[in-house]
Amino acid sequence: MRVDGIPNVRTCIAPLKEGVCVEMQDKLADLPDAKFVGKPKKKIETNVLVVGAGPAGMCAAIESAKHGVKVLLVDENQHVGGQLIKQTHKFFGSKQENAGTRGIVIAKELEEKLRELEKEHKLKVMTSSTVIGYYEGEKRHRFGVVERCSDYSSVLYEVECDSVIIAAGAMENMLLFPGNDLPGVYGAGAVQTLMNVYGVKPGEKVLMVGAGNVGLIVSYQLLQAGIDVDRVVEAAPVIGGYNVHAAKLCRCGVPIQTSRSIKEVLGKEKVEGAIIVDLDEKWQPIPGSEEKVKCDTVCLAVGLTPAIRLLSQIGAETEFIPEAGGYVALHDNSMQTTVRGVYVAGDSSGIEEASTAMIEGKIAGLSAAILLGHKNKENQKLLEHYREELEKLRAGPFGEKPRVAKTKISDYMEKKR
Amino acid sequence: MKDYERKGVLSTKDIKLPSKKQLEKGVAILECVQEIPCNPCVDSCPVKAISMKNINAVPINDFDKCIGCARCVGLCPGLAIFVVKVKDGKALITMPYEFLPVPVVGQRVEVLDRNGKKRDTGLVKRVVKIGKTMVITVEVDEKLAMDIRNIKVDK
Repeated sequence: MRVDGIPNVRTCIAPLKEGVCVEMQDKLADLPDAKFVGKPKKKIETNVLVVGAGPAGMCAAIESAKHGVKVLLVDENQHVGGQLIKQTHKFFGSKQENAGTRGIVIAKELEEKLRELEKEHKLKVMTSSTVIGYYEGEKRHRFGVVERCSDYSSVLYEVECDSVIIAAGAMENMLLFPGNDLPGVYGAGAVQTLMNVYGVKPGEKVLMVGAGNVGLIVSYQLLQAGIDVDRVVEAAPVIGGYNVHAAKLCRCGVPIQTSRSIKEVLGKEKVEGAIIVDLDEKWQPIPGSEEKVKCDTVCLAVGLTPAIRLLSQIGAETEFIPEAGGYVALHDNSMQTTVRGVYVAGDSSGIEEASTAMIEGKIAGLSAAILLGHKNKENQKLLEHYREELEKLRAGPFGEKPRVAKTKISDYMEKKR
Repeated sequence: MKDYERKGVLSTKDIKLPSKKQLEKGVAILECVQEIPCNPCVDSCPVKAISMKNINAVPINDFDKCIGCARCVGLCPGLAIFVVKVKDGKALITMPYEFLPVPVVGQRVEVLDRNGKKRDTGLVKRVVKIGKTMVITVEVDEKLAMDIRNIKVDK
């Protein structure tokens, strides 16, 4: 989209203001060079740059700053919190990881801690700012950061740092089917943003595709927002998410149908319905089993892919690990990648969930502080404690996938050494 | 493969159930059958009736110790705990409720089973906030004590 003459604007995260001109853009646009070229860039120096202010990034930033290193936390959204600000459900885990607290409350608590550290000049938060690239420095790491201002102009920063923690999260997976580009086909994250952040109903009647925790939780939140959920279809033969989430939906009368998926979306200008189909044990559609579903919205909750582009650009070695959700940067148990001083935490290091992301963030934040000279017995002990907590959370059957993923990652790391 | 793994709906066979006598006292029934990393119910219990071997284990309620206070009902992140008390042919079912409008005491509401099917109507006897979750007690026929797990409130 073009906003006030500036092309390639992600309008979903651009704040709206009176009199703004928003236009469709159907092809690559010429950049209005004159607006950007020759503009002075500002320089920021810091010890640790944290990219992404979701659960992992916020915890990483707090942990580093608490241990005496200067931190810059950058996020492309207007608010810190990442996915937490959309999570109206209560979190699992143990007391230490805020179990029983709603995600949105956890986000607020973490933000308060950030603001406190900001007041003490230990940390700086930059929102509406995107890390656009990595530039090799002689001794330190250098990054380009663009801050978007409220008048749609932008400021370029050069950030120089000793270490960087990439907690960029993940991107939602898409499914291939006819009509998947029609308005009314959403990713679950978009539906949550509309409902829980902006207070906008995404539709009136929803077909949910995917019965992992995301699909189940978002379906329940749709019901809470007064939106009808026709059913949840899941291609796998079993429900992937927790039974407690599934049971909540079922007792509201929403059926969950496994070994079923979406075949196509009906409609010309927007979603007017969908065709679903049974799948055999080889996940192939069974001819003749098609059923028409009346809906105006199709919500896809079919998994996530780690966001690793910045890590690849830095030169951190990556491997394809299906259990982690795709390509991930290899890392050790301090969350350090194959590049010294470059850390990863949260979904960027393998798809999991917020409780473990927060601990990974703490591990990365503390490790970065230790690398910068804050090595002592106490910190080493704390690091071990975080590792144990992480292990505990992954010990059950639902922790199998991340367990396998992390084992593969450490095996690869061993080979590299 | 268990049925609930495909459909999400538990049957009473999947759950540890109290005896008749324990039901008369009123106890918390934990409809939490999978090993997930979660333990606030253990911390919430004032009489230490709920226990877990480790954070991933399935919680077990000692019905003899349980006093049916419903603290766990409000604190369980999975909304998977219900207090059931049977007396004089009626069952009082205490459940978490996260929808608007919140019913008021004395209101008659539809009562739904684990499939979300309407089974009867029930009388709202108690509405409290535990933690930050609304917890509703509804009175239904004794026969429905093990079936009713949700309510539907007219808007």
